Amino acid sequence: MSPSGADAKEAPKYTKKDFESDQDVRWCPGCGDYAILSAVQKAMPDLGIPKEDIVFISGIGCSSRFPYYMNTYGFHTIHGRAPALATGLRLARPDLKVFVVTGDGDGLSIGGNHMLHVLRRNVNVTILLFNNRIYGLTKGQYSPTSELGKVTKSTPMGSADRPVNPLAFALGCGATFVARAVDRNIQHMEETLKRAARHHGAAFLEILQNCNVYNDLAWNVMYDKEQKVQYELRLQHGKPLLFGPADDRSAVIMDGVVPKVVKAKDVPESALWTHDERNVNAAKLLADLFAPDFPVPIGVLEDIEAPIYENVLLDQEQRALSERGPGDIAKLLTSGDTWRISEGA
Amino acid sequence: MSETATPATGVSKSLKELDRAVIRFAGDSGDGMQLTGEQFTTESAWAGNDIATLPNFPAEIRAPAGTLFGVSSFQLQFGSQRVYTPGDRLDCLVAMNPAALKVHVGDLKTGGLLIVNTQAFDKRNLDKAGYAANPLDDPTLAERYRLHKVDMTALTHEAIKDLALNAKEKDRTKNFFALGLVSWIYTRPLEPTLEWIRKKFGKTPSIAEANTRVLKAGHAFGETAEIFGEHYAVEPAEMAPGLYRAMTGNRALAWGLLAAAQRSKVPLVYGAYPITPASDILHELALHKRFRVRTIQAEDEIAAVTSAIGASFGGAIGVTGSSGPGVALKGEGIGLAVMAELPLVIFDIQRGGPSTGLPTKTEQADLMQALYGRNSESPVVVLAPATPGDCFYIAYEAVRIAAKYMVPVIVLSDGFLANGSEPWLIPDPATLPPIEIGFRTEKDGFFPYLRDPATLARPWVRPGTPGLEHRIGGIEKQDVTGNISYDPENHDHMVRTRAEKVRRVAQEIPPTSINGPATGDVLVVGWGGTYGAITAAVERTRAEGKSVASIHLRHMNPLPPDLGHILREYRRVLVPEINSGQLVRVLRAEYLVDAVGFNRVRGLPLASEEIHEAINQLLGSQA
Repeated sequence: MSPSGADAKEAPKYTKKDFESDQDVRWCPGCGDYAILSAVQKAMPDLGIPKEDIVFISGIGCSSRFPYYMNTYGFHTIHGRAPALATGLRLARPDLKVFVVTGDGDGLSIGGNHMLHVLRRNVNVTILLFNNRIYGLTKGQYSPTSELGKVTKSTPMGSADRPVNPLAFALGCGATFVARAVDRNIQHMEETLKRAARHHGAAFLEILQNCNVYNDLAWNVMYDKEQKVQYELRLQHGKPLLFGPADDRSAVIMDGVVPKVVKAKDVPESALWTHDERNVNAAKLLADLFAPDFPVPIGVLEDIEAPIYENVLLDQEQRALSERGPGDIAKLLTSGDTWRISEGA
Repeated sequence: MSETATPATGVSKSLKELDRAVIRFAGDSGDGMQLTGEQFTTESAWAGNDIATLPNFPAEIRAPAGTLFGVSSFQLQFGSQRVYTPGDRLDCLVAMNPAALKVHVGDLKTGGLLIVNTQAFDKRNLDKAGYAANPLDDPTLAERYRLHKVDMTALTHEAIKDLALNAKEKDRTKNFFALGLVSWIYTRPLEPTLEWIRKKFGKTPSIAEANTRVLKAGHAFGETAEIFGEHYAVEPAEMAPGLYRAMTGNRALAWGLLAAAQRSKVPLVYGAYPITPASDILHELALHKRFRVRTIQAEDEIAAVTSAIGASFGGAIGVTGSSGPGVALKGEGIGLAVMAELPLVIFDIQRGGPSTGLPTKTEQADLMQALYGRNSESPVVVLAPATPGDCFYIAYEAVRIAAKYMVPVIVLSDGFLANGSEPWLIPDPATLPPIEIGFRTEKDGFFPYLRDPATLARPWVRPGTPGLEHRIGGIEKQDVTGNISYDPENHDHMVRTRAEKVRRVAQEIPPTSINGPATGDVLVVGWGGTYGAITAAVERTRAEGKSVASIHLRHMNPLPPDLGHILREYRRVLVPEINSGQLVRVLRAEYLVDAVGFNRVRGLPLASEEIHEAINQLLGSQA
């Protein structure tokens, strides 16, 4: 058993089909989840992990039906608890590649506490959070990522809660890998998925996903051709933060400690903000950027290394074993203060 | 009680032989009363006595000094005969301050030995305890009890006056004076305590020296001071031969898991969130990584249970532990394990409730929660240890059943068992039944919910097994295939199947052992930590010539197959419990017997005296 993950074994040559289960997919026609499922199945062969070593864990909600459709091991658990369950699984089985599939309600509302702790512990799991800013499976209540004033069945006069920003939340929890992808940007999603899956430690990938039934086009800024051209900011390590039409590029620069949008041509190259995935503070600033005042960053905001929870614990176990050998209950029972009562005493 | 005076050799004071004694040390929660009691227990174990202990302390870590609610106590009974309980009424009370006297003196037998630390009886402490006048000046106290006023604080300081310690440090050793004195009174060997001091304070020789001197000073004081005219001996008890150790319930649960992990050759993952009185299990397991026992201090109770379920899904033994409030939070997780049909062990160390209740006090009021405290039809196996040492076997048995039947098993311990200790005959682990875990690897004919015909268990497959990739979850599924199913008939079938699987655990239960005649007037049915009190009460009643028997249930669900038959062999059935009548309700519902309850819910163990009375009342009411 190697605590470093599942990459020790040689995987057969797979195709996408190998990862399709025999179950009928039961999402609404037109749901963004179809594209995500397809991208995940397509990305899997490239990871080079035997499929019996892959486990998908989910909570409750539309997104959490995901494991049923993957021809790997899977566990559809209870609302919000997938990160905790995955933590126990990783500690028991550090040889497995574990994915957690969750949504904005499952992962940030009922399961917000577990999300916090799986990230701060840096458990070696890949977390895919499908964010559609709505409760779909319960038929259309606002979610913790819905905008303030959102009118839904449960908030006929508009919601009163301010939304949480998943990326800022993850970074605040001390996540070691934070990224964003968009369900309709298939190729970019696949690439980002693979980056997340290869990260050592907890990887948090927010996928902007469309619920065409209860919150259609919530991410239209990333779907509408014109808006997309205007706002999409593709993060690339070592490259400046440039976005907008090719003939009219804009840049995000730092004005003191405040990000600011300027025309690229108006600033010298030295003033550009170069993306550095290892810069946690910069990632925290990026997480807060959004249209219309700023571009929408997609890709990897942050990718750093930190001790992995289960590795630390398993190293302790190894140390205890190598220093004192395996435990022996017979010896333990008779250790310390004992006394003998003899026959006829 | 035999109190024959025998001349003791080498001592000028008379030595009386007793067959048992009940002693309570009481003081401020910072006075070290728990330690004093534990050391006295070890000394008594050395002396070969049978012992039962009852630690009792406030929920506050350092309650304000001198207050009534800040009083901490440790009671034990030791004897030359079998000792079933920590005792009801006290033969000896050590009160380190007025508050301790006020809280506990009512439990002291008339004529009992009362030892007080006079220096603590100052105006301030008397006020805090609510005494208008110093009770030590009230002549009735000395008339009712054999009162010994000892200025322990001054004698302690005198014994170590030349040591370079500050006054507070010196003050803190006075519990060893009390221990030394009471050790002399009951002729306990000091060696184990001296050895303990050497080990504990090896790195701080001045503290070790101070404690040693004060302990000996207390002992010498008893021997030389004029006020103690006699002391007592309690002969070694006749106990089964073998090697013994003192065992508390929480440690026994932890060690039972270690034994199960070693025997099953499967790693064990214990997920827990700190909670009184269960935390010590987590602490103990964290010490034993060499057994491949992995502990998670989870972010909350729900994460504790679900991380354990994740471990079970991965082919480890998932265990979680808590007390009642935490088990309430785990309910949905336990339901998931019922549905996913995965092994899971849940320890519930019951405490007074509801809500936060009495965190450090004992209760037996989670039986219904264990049986029914989840949504829908959610049957689980429920076990309950009878004594601290029994916790070892119950923990082991819980793992064995969980793995064999792919089912959650709840273990109901309680605060009394958790912290109480008894001399425990160390078993040979090789004699424990095997824990057979056969992970399925065979591809042909595999289905996730294919069932073993004898146990109805589904196969346990470790992820990583090629060709057996499958998905499970909390949604209802078709039997055998495990595919999601909303079919009405299938759901009915699955509800019955999950129940039947738990019912079949009955085939694991040995014949019920009956303490007393196989048929008679009264059968007392108990469960959990009341074993000692019930047994003592029943033996006493039988010694009075009455036809009374008792049985003690360790399997709460399913119940023993022979129970219905046994219940009908007696005219009346009495069920003493530290709740408002939970087992009695189950028995009445299950067997249509007119069982009656005896219920006290005070956060304390039941006293054998009151059970004895209840039995006699029941005998009288039918006459």
